Amino acid sequence: MEAYLIVSLIMFFSGIYGFLSRKSLLMVLISIELILNSADLNFAVFNRYLYPGQLEGFFFTLFTIAISACETAVAIAIVINIYRNLNNVEVDSLNQLKE
Amino acid sequence: MEYTLLILILPLLSFVILGLVDSKWKPQVAGTIGTAVLSTVAILSYYTAWIYYSTANSGGVYQKIIPFSTEWVRFTDYLHIDLGILLDPISVMMLVVISTVSLMVHVYSLSYMHGEKGFQRYYASLSLFTFSMLGLVLATNIFQMYIFWELVGVSSYLLIGFYYTKPEAVAASKKAFIVTRFADLGFLIGILVLSYYTKTFDFGTLTSGDASVFASTTGVSFMGLSVMSWAMGLIFIGGAGKSAMFPLHIWLPDAMEGPTPVSALIHAATMVVAGVYLVARMFPVYYVYAPDVLHGIAYVGAFTSLFAAVIALVQTDIKRVLAFSTISQIGFMMVALGVSGLGGHHGLGYMASMFHLFTHAMFKALLFLGAGSIIHAVHSNEMGHMGGLRKYMPITHITFLIACLAIAGIPPLSGFFSKDEILSATFEFSPILGGVMTFIAGLTAFYMFRLYYGIFWGTEHKHHHTPHESPFAITLPLIILATVTVFAGFIPFGEFVTNDGAAYHIHLNWTVAITSVVVAVLSIALATIMYRKSSSIPDKLATSFAGMHRAASRRFYIDEVYLFVTRKIIYNGISHPIAWFDRHVIDATMDGFASVTQWTSLRIRKMQSGDVQDYAFMILLGSLIIAGLIIFI
Repeated sequence: MEAYLIVSLIMFFSGIYGFLSRKSLLMVLISIELILNSADLNFAVFNRYLYPGQLEGFFFTLFTIAISACETAVAIAIVINIYRNLNNVEVDSLNQLKE
Repeated sequence: MEYTLLILILPLLSFVILGLVDSKWKPQVAGTIGTAVLSTVAILSYYTAWIYYSTANSGGVYQKIIPFSTEWVRFTDYLHIDLGILLDPISVMMLVVISTVSLMVHVYSLSYMHGEKGFQRYYASLSLFTFSMLGLVLATNIFQMYIFWELVGVSSYLLIGFYYTKPEAVAASKKAFIVTRFADLGFLIGILVLSYYTKTFDFGTLTSGDASVFASTTGVSFMGLSVMSWAMGLIFIGGAGKSAMFPLHIWLPDAMEGPTPVSALIHAATMVVAGVYLVARMFPVYYVYAPDVLHGIAYVGAFTSLFAAVIALVQTDIKRVLAFSTISQIGFMMVALGVSGLGGHHGLGYMASMFHLFTHAMFKALLFLGAGSIIHAVHSNEMGHMGGLRKYMPITHITFLIACLAIAGIPPLSGFFSKDEILSATFEFSPILGGVMTFIAGLTAFYMFRLYYGIFWGTEHKHHHTPHESPFAITLPLIILATVTVFAGFIPFGEFVTNDGAAYHIHLNWTVAITSVVVAVLSIALATIMYRKSSSIPDKLATSFAGMHRAASRRFYIDEVYLFVTRKIIYNGISHPIAWFDRHVIDATMDGFASVTQWTSLRIRKMQSGDVQDYAFMILLGSLIIAGLIIFI
């Protein structure tokens, strides 16, 4: 069980690191997927080892995958719009929130 | 007698319609509404008086009737403010006086104020004034009276400042308001002290003679005076402010900046006698529990009376002469109250005071309205611009002469009877005071006839156009008031108004009567010699008593003293330090809060970079810290 969790932990923090350090929005998006996948993995692992007779964790994983697909679709649409407006997808150029 | 409520509601309604609903009516419509409402009120008042004096007398004593009363504010179990209507001999008498004079003024103003800008505003203010004055006299308790007392002050302020483009009028209205307001502070404190100890505001309870009401005041004293003396003295200060007693008289002469009919209504007949009315209303309390204050009122009244009469001798503005004469006559009323006792023959002064209030209201309103008619004709207030007007204005001349004779105390005009009663009461109290009052009566006769000769006789002044008699709407009130002035003396006043409600039969004290008539006739004769034809005697006298003359014509520098006290002492000693404290301590604290906040926000502004990843990093850091705290603590 620990081995699975360690993998999931590595995935999670790689995701966090990528989210904070990558300059391209696409890479940020991929990092978010990594975080989500590590969470999915956790669901599956905990279900498998703590409550072997039940299926809630697996179903939740499936739900999360569906939701993350939707989320990615929306995010891609946003990224495309950002590209149209700013002609790049760099995170640094997205600093208009302060105004 | 619930219909008496209409007497109050109608003028209020008229004020609301004229003053608040629509401001663009034709002047004739506005004037007609005001006058029609007032006529109704006058008729209702006469009817009330008729009913009251014919039915309220049980066993020879007039009862107090409260046809309407409702609780308005309740402070504690026993202390509550009611709003109601109290009918007793003096309030019914005041109803008649106020509605009569007010109606005359309404009719008179139709013509006098014709074509003035703000005609409707004028009538609205008149209605407001009439409402508040009627409310004041009908009040069932001292707090209701105080409310209407302030309302009267406000409407007086509005009317004095009617010509609000004239700086003098604005200054006069402010002066009147501030001086009377200052006095009303005393009134309010007096009410609070009185109600704190007696646990009631109600006139009926206070004046019932029930000693248990005042039980808690016995033995309580402050700075050597009993608590009742303090309370009643403070209440009298309020009355002195409204009634222009020395040294709070300074607003009344300046109030003459208002339109003349307003001076007749407010500053001669009704509002300025509110102080007299107040003392009369509380008379049993004054007499039993604060006799020292009552005597003080007599002396203040006598001094004011003398003081104002001397100033009136040398004034040249006819309205100012009348204003000082009003102050002097109110002094007479105060003296009469001050020397009065309770009940029967002892109550003569009280009866005389109310009688004089009644007759004075009539003839002084007549004098003011006459003066207005003259001013209307010659467009000036100065005596020097008049002279020889008797040929041009016969009606004004005759009515003015009647009023002058009445105020001088020539029988059989009304002023003779009321003044004679006052003098008799005063002589019984103290012969010296009586002598002084007789001397003032002589002065009154002298300055009134100086005024009369100055206006109607003497050298004729060159006019731009020949003065002519005023229109009917102006002369009609003059004629009516003159008729009342001639016959009011024969009203058996003592049958109606005494302080114990029982009838008192007036009989002339012949010694006093003859003395006062002789003095009056001599004074008139003197005035005739000096002023009928232009002679050099007045100038010679003025030169030989130059200092005295100058002091009197500058009103004994009381205004200057006030200016000195306010400007030099209050402004420099109190207001400026307070202003400094406000600016440098209170404002500075608030400014400090603001600038510290601004400084901090300028410093931390840079944190809002707009960079999404920075924000995300901060969120992560924060959640890590919280997680750490939860795990390790």
